[in-house]
Amino acid sequence: MDPRTSTARDLDPAPMAPIRAEHRPASAEDADTSPVDVHVTLDEVSVHYGPFTAVRDVSFDVHRNSITALIGPSGCGKSTLLRTLNRMNDLVPGATTSGSVTYNGEDIYAEEVDPVEVRRRIGMVFQKPNPFPKSIYDNVAFGPRLNGTKRGLDELVEHSLQRAALWDEVKDKLSQSGLSLSGGQQQRLCIARAIAVNPDVILMDEPCSALDPIATLRIEELMKDMASEYTIVIVTHNMQQAARVSDRTAFFTVDMDNERQDRTGVLVEIDQTDTIFTNATDPRTEGYITGRFG
Amino acid sequence: MATSPPTTERRSLKGSTRERRGDPIFRAILMVAASSVLLILAAMIIRTSIEAWPVFAKEGIWGFLTGRQWSVGTSRSEVTGTYGALPFIYGTLLISFIAIVFAVPLAIGIALFTNELAPSWLKRPLTYTVDTLAMVPSVVYAFVGMYFFRIEVWAPVGQFIAGTPAGEVPFLSGPVLLSSYWSAANILAIMILPIITAICRDVFAQVPADEKNAAYAMGATRWEVMSKIIVPHSFSGIVGATMLGLGRALGETLAVAVLIGSTRDMTSSVFQPGDAMTALIANTFQDAHPEAIWALLAIGVTLFFITMAVNITARLIVARVNTRVSGGAVA
Ligand SMILES: Nc1ncnc2c1ncn2[C@@H]1O[C@H](COP(=O)(O)OP(=O)(O)OP(=O)(O)O)[C@@H](O)[C@H]1O
Ligand SMILES: [Mg+2]
Repeated sequence: MDPRTSTARDLDPAPMAPIRAEHRPASAEDADTSPVDVHVTLDEVSVHYGPFTAVRDVSFDVHRNSITALIGPSGCGKSTLLRTLNRMNDLVPGATTSGSVTYNGEDIYAEEVDPVEVRRRIGMVFQKPNPFPKSIYDNVAFGPRLNGTKRGLDELVEHSLQRAALWDEVKDKLSQSGLSLSGGQQQRLCIARAIAVNPDVILMDEPCSALDPIATLRIEELMKDMASEYTIVIVTHNMQQAARVSDRTAFFTVDMDNERQDRTGVLVEIDQTDTIFTNATDPRTEGYITGRFG
Repeated sequence: MATSPPTTERRSLKGSTRERRGDPIFRAILMVAASSVLLILAAMIIRTSIEAWPVFAKEGIWGFLTGRQWSVGTSRSEVTGTYGALPFIYGTLLISFIAIVFAVPLAIGIALFTNELAPSWLKRPLTYTVDTLAMVPSVVYAFVGMYFFRIEVWAPVGQFIAGTPAGEVPFLSGPVLLSSYWSAANILAIMILPIITAICRDVFAQVPADEKNAAYAMGATRWEVMSKIIVPHSFSGIVGATMLGLGRALGETLAVAVLIGSTRDMTSSVFQPGDAMTALIANTFQDAHPEAIWALLAIGVTLFFITMAVNITARLIVARVNTRVSGGAVA
């Protein structure tokens, strides 16, 4: 079944126009048949904060309806790279991105592309659960309301909460503040909120780092479940988590330039998670995964 | 020091005697400092109320607040004139209200622009400009308003408004005079703009980046983040800023005294002269007879209670909104 015909999509009264008005990429339908379905492609992506190069020349593909984990030591630019995928870095003063990020065949950094439209398709869940100080209902309805959705809002909220495995816990207290939930529930609320605007890629930056092991497992279950419908890119410091949930893993490291006193994040390798964890090509990857990394 | 040098053991158990004796003294000093504000406030209320009492006694509190006639007597010992304060109360409330209506949206706009939209090279100059405006003494505003703004800006704008169909409404009808509620309200708006802007700026800066990013990540535009996240999140701060501005507007004396025109009648059009509580006091206390002084004090007491009511209202609004937004049940 084509995942695009889910309930949420049917409920949306105004199907979204392509980011760029001229053409709708045909790749979505055509590519479904090919064995590897590339959803997002990074090509020679570099990110600078002012004069500082945070990430240099990263290229890889993100496959549709799969979970891609980004791992690597602190400061290697995982969050930075994740934010380039939905143009959140545009909001950081002084940040500049070069190279190209292609989503469904469209360069999201092309001049005529609206970053707001990009973010509606490529949603994001943050490290710290950050619900708005509004009711649970209003949290989930926030995004759809921005898009002008009025009819069917109740169903959309219910569907999103169900999709985020939170519905049963909150269905009797939708009018309570989102902040009254536990940390794990708050994070699932944030996932529901991200789902509600109907993205097809969801970026998660260490979504479980503020949660206890049980809540973490619930989110991991949820992610695996969601992968049938969404493309997920997750940053994590937890090796077991990467091994448990992801289909593919990208390992990044910090490239020290002693001459220029510079630390730049680079991609070491990306492969099937199994391969990365058991049979990595690069010794640095193995060193990091087995804990022998400095 | 009276005690013998303490042994190690005593020191460790009882601490230093010097410190323990100093503590209550320090405490007492702080308590005096803290209670002094209460004393000052109580002294002002009681002293003015006692002096003003004969006027309230003769007119009745309701009569004083709603009477429209203000004719001053010359007695030293009893109240012989008629003291109805409504025209002044009306003037004060009217010009302060208009000032708030003009200043608050503008201040929110300036603050949002400074924090969210201005390129970084412009932020500092903008901030400094606003902060400098806040420091300009009110006599300067009074002069600039009197010699330039009312002639070159406010009266022409008033003329324009009175010329439109809106001018059919008595409240906005001509003729437009230079000294009027309108001029006083405009100068007040300018005078309270900097403080409201400065507070809004600080309050907006407190909105957690997390919350803004969450909205951006859902495809909110800058405008939507400002209107749906920043401003609602800052509601109590905006109310606070508004009340501070309102407090300043209610109490501003000099600029109002020179611009409002000081007539005893309650004119129906904003474009005509009227009077305000502070302006009346400033303009007449110097050669007032004792009973008129009492009446002016009665005005002062009334203004004090209006200000207090404003303050309490603000606190109630803020408290209500806070319980609605954070934790607990909504609605
Ligand atoms: N807003 C910013 N302005 C300037 N430099 C930044 C900014 N954000 C990140 N950096 C720098 O870019 C580099 C990469 O940071 P980033 O947060 O992407 O790393 P990370 O891999 O996510 O680290 P962690 O695992 O600790 O979250 C770091 O050297 C950091 O100091
Ligand atoms: Mg990070």
